[in-house]
Amino acid sequence: MNKPHSNKAWFLVLPVFILVAFSAIVPLMTVVNYSLQDIFDVSTRYFVGTEWYREILNDSRLQDSLVRQFIFSGSVLLIEIPLGIGVALMMPKSGKWSVISLLVLALPLLVPLNVVGTIWQIFGRADIGLFGWALNAIGIDYNYAANPIDAWLTVLLMDVWHWTSLVALLSFSGLRAIPDAYYQAASIDRASAWAVFRYIQLPKLKSVLLIGVLLRFMDSFMIYTEPFVLTGGGPGNSTTFLSQALTKMAVGQFDIGPAGAFSIIYFLIILLVSWLFYTAMTHSDNK
Amino acid sequence: MSWMAWTTPSALFFIGIACILIGMTYWEIVSPCVARKGFFPMETTRGDRLFISLLSAAFIHLGFIGFTEFTIWLPFTVAIIWLLIVMKWG
Repeated sequence: MNKPHSNKAWFLVLPVFILVAFSAIVPLMTVVNYSLQDIFDVSTRYFVGTEWYREILNDSRLQDSLVRQFIFSGSVLLIEIPLGIGVALMMPKSGKWSVISLLVLALPLLVPLNVVGTIWQIFGRADIGLFGWALNAIGIDYNYAANPIDAWLTVLLMDVWHWTSLVALLSFSGLRAIPDAYYQAASIDRASAWAVFRYIQLPKLKSVLLIGVLLRFMDSFMIYTEPFVLTGGGPGNSTTFLSQALTKMAVGQFDIGPAGAFSIIYFLIILLVSWLFYTAMTHSDNK
Repeated sequence: MSWMAWTTPSALFFIGIACILIGMTYWEIVSPCVARKGFFPMETTRGDRLFISLLSAAFIHLGFIGFTEFTIWLPFTVAIIWLLIVMKWG
């Protein structure tokens, strides 16, 4: 049977396209324009070509921030994804306790970003914070304001506390969507718990994990508020990530041109890594 | 539009991108593409190959600008050649 083919349905995408144009495409085009000029104000601006890109790519402080950012995002994914799956697997499958678990897990996600930073800033203090005080009481010399390793661990722990729930909730919804027939077949075959996880649950979780990995990567790669409130990027520059370096440049120093070039490079890195994750995960699906 | 701080090179760049997208849309309507496997490890459509080419073109330019003193036209030429290779054999 010959189906009539019409592309008119594409017009239904038009409202979203207009919305995205105003919220993302036009601002991005503006940033590209800024990145090519030395801007003092709207009427006083000079075309400098690719000069800002050259300067940004050779700036050692920004290279250090980039390395820190990759280490941070890598650590976040390595901890939060397995931990989130583990939590989801251990949660009650139904009933009252399942609802209570879901509510408790959702709580950290509801806390505003600057409040999370403040909570951990107080929590980690050696004099009045429970976490900092307890560590010092058992003989561990912990001070996130003076020791870069302590600062790093606190920022990482804070992110894990805040966002592991998201991965756990996504994984839980993925696990609940697996039909019982799979588990019945596995029990007839006397499959071990590991085999059930490896050959039933993990493959079925792939699509939600793809969303989880992408969200956590993009979000952790753009992290700003929590470390800004907790450590202010210090001690020294040890927890200054890319977005904080960018904000200092754009809002602190009003270097709009270099900040524009920085933003474009930042955007391209996020686009590349997200595309690689997406392609790797969807490609392994088609094998 | 003055708030967008347009310059002639950036306007030409975006006009170029818009022309490519319009051209690809027209090409797709005239002859719808089928995903195929080229030298990339996965199946790609025409749009995938264009995306890969444009993203690589951005990094080719950044590499040349950041780490060499060559004129901008050299990475531009390399990117065009890479685009043609990817669209044909990718």
